[in-house]
Amino acid sequence: MKKLMLGNEAVARGLYEAGCSFVSSYPGTPSTEITEYAAKYEEIYAEWAPNEKVALETAFGASLAGKRSFCGMKHVGVNVAADPLFTVAYTGVNAGLIIGVADDPGMHSSQNEQDSRHYAIASKIPMLEPSDSAESIAFVREAFEISEKFDTPVFLKMCTRVAHSQSVIEESDRVEIAQKEYVKDGAKYIMMPGNAKKRHPFVEERTNALIEYAETAFFNRVEEGKENTVGIITSSTSYHYVKEVCGDKYPVLKLGMINPLPVNKIKDFAKSVEKVIVVEELDGIIESHCKNIGVDVSGKELFGLLGEFSQNIVAQKLGETVPSGKALAENIPMRPPVMCAGCPHRGLFYTLKKNKLTVLGDIGCYTLGAVAPLNAIDTTICMGASVSSLHGFNKANQGKTDGKTVAVIGDSTFMHSGVTGLINIAYNDSNSTVIILDNSITGMTGHQQNPTTGYNLKGDPASKINLEALCHSVGINSVRVVDPYNLSECDTVIKEELGKNEPSVIISRRPCALLKYVKHAGPIKTNTDKCVGCKMCMQIGCPAVSMENGKVKIDTTLCTGCGVCSQMCKFDVFESVKGDK
Amino acid sequence: METRNIMIVGVGGQGTLLASKLLGKLLLGKGYDVKVSEVHGMSQRGGSVVTYVRYGDKVYSPVIDKGEADVIISFEMLEAARWVEYLKPDGVIITNTQQVNPMPVIIGACDYPENLVDKIKDLGVKLDAFDALSLAEQAGSSKAVNIVLMGRLSKFFDFTDEEWLLAIEQSVPQKFLELNKKAFALGREF
Repeated sequence: MKKLMLGNEAVARGLYEAGCSFVSSYPGTPSTEITEYAAKYEEIYAEWAPNEKVALETAFGASLAGKRSFCGMKHVGVNVAADPLFTVAYTGVNAGLIIGVADDPGMHSSQNEQDSRHYAIASKIPMLEPSDSAESIAFVREAFEISEKFDTPVFLKMCTRVAHSQSVIEESDRVEIAQKEYVKDGAKYIMMPGNAKKRHPFVEERTNALIEYAETAFFNRVEEGKENTVGIITSSTSYHYVKEVCGDKYPVLKLGMINPLPVNKIKDFAKSVEKVIVVEELDGIIESHCKNIGVDVSGKELFGLLGEFSQNIVAQKLGETVPSGKALAENIPMRPPVMCAGCPHRGLFYTLKKNKLTVLGDIGCYTLGAVAPLNAIDTTICMGASVSSLHGFNKANQGKTDGKTVAVIGDSTFMHSGVTGLINIAYNDSNSTVIILDNSITGMTGHQQNPTTGYNLKGDPASKINLEALCHSVGINSVRVVDPYNLSECDTVIKEELGKNEPSVIISRRPCALLKYVKHAGPIKTNTDKCVGCKMCMQIGCPAVSMENGKVKIDTTLCTGCGVCSQMCKFDVFESVKGDK
Repeated sequence: METRNIMIVGVGGQGTLLASKLLGKLLLGKGYDVKVSEVHGMSQRGGSVVTYVRYGDKVYSPVIDKGEADVIISFEMLEAARWVEYLKPDGVIITNTQQVNPMPVIIGACDYPENLVDKIKDLGVKLDAFDALSLAEQAGSSKAVNIVLMGRLSKFFDFTDEEWLLAIEQSVPQKFLELNKKAFALGREF
């Protein structure tokens, strides 16, 4: 039966059908749903690991134990997993191992636009790249076959438009794969110099064998065209934009395996046409390969290195008709994402701004503390960077910034790679204050459990990290907990901790306002007769609070009654809810 | 048949994903090739959101580009104005007239543009603007705006009531089915 299925759900379906029975991942847009959907199959054991390095090592362990395994992450997650990655490329696998990576061209929800295809080339690991949901299922199945036949982990590369688009699939039954026996084999699995030196030639031979395989594999296919003036080489969503624009006008070489790339197939295709154009998003990976094997192509000189493509971009570059619409002359105000009404991060960030602190930021919903009117964040780099760079900033300033700087990091991000930075603060002794924004969930990626929440991926009760005890045990003596809905408490505790001559941690603790179990007070009531229009309540940047005819107006469909706005008001406009003024 | 394009635009959290899910099921059931493209993650937090629904004999691209949309369904007035450029010359915009202030307006950095209905009409664009929020509230919940808009959209299709209602049944929780059926009828008949 035909079904519409999200690309990420299709990857999970592929895992199920291919007999995969082990998944360990770290969430990250646009990869998260693969693991969430995989967890719905009883036949698959699935877990959230604390970070991508742990996830990949765990999935490798499961492969070693003889079970087909998968590990999912977003593009920047591969940076974290890169250490095991390059060596697992040498050891190869026991049962099949797939590393799913989702790129985010256009940066819908990411801090950079890195092209993970470079990792496949650098680590000498084959990479398949589906272009829709049906291919996602088929390519997962083939990836396990490649993994076991060629003794290698295999990358499955998604991107936002494949991961988060629904297209038509047909389901097949699961093939049960018996667990393979683990046989001790030090020459293959112990990567110390003597063994690794012997293993590296195997990796190079494997790549040569994979190139041979790529010449005839079903997923690298030529589609005939009516004219041979131009031939197009493309992959992933770019293939769909090309077909949308050109139909069967030009021959197309559609590549499903991006590493290693075929040689003769590309040379033969180039001979069949007058001119070759490569259409690929981000970097010129296919283009460079073509040029390396002596095939003259144009690519990035036409298309550039930035962002997502679309049918109109491809049409324009290929000289085809570009549709256009009518735009309003009016200046349309931007609508950037904002912290939700009732978000526990808001009160904390207002306090940081009020105290004019330098704030080293991190990755999560709370990155939105950087936007107006809070403007409370100075840096955002990567997972965990807030804590470590705060230490470097304060050390370099030799005491001049002590008491004027903080790091802010979410509970999940702290577990991912913040705790190592905190260990460094304690061990190398900087007078730094780290604020852990503990909202009891991994928020931005859509509510995933983590080691601080007390539940696992399947929703079952799990060991819950005691953040206070953890911070104490790494050598932080001063650990305080505040309620971010209480502005005066936040202000007092932050001032006190910054005033101390020792490293400290403040845990700002309140669950995400969107969690189903969180009960809200309900919309706050206002007495607008008392409102003088001073706009103090607007400084917290709550989407539920606005002004109408010079008086405050509450959007009752959004307001949760958190009461932070009422603590800003000196005129008793708001019904007093929680905390002090 | 040439591929047809429906865009669903609104503010993160307004229920645009449910509308696209419903449409996808309906169109697949009618035997079309269908693609639906969504955006998850950061943009969902109260930002401007867009979902693309495309259907026809064979659909390639998952997205809709400027000048391509046959129909734009907008959950909010400013979003209708933002995306109007994506409409085909003979396309139609169906929009809820509700205004949700974006943060730059809330903090006073700019004003919410006035008379957007007239300004869009002045472009020579077909516009069907109505208060879907009130109809949703009349049906029993402000959250049913998405189904009210689906009711309105149904006037532009030849599908039967039964086909629409089946798609609604498959897309909303059982306990809200009656409410949503009412919302659909109000949108369709208004």
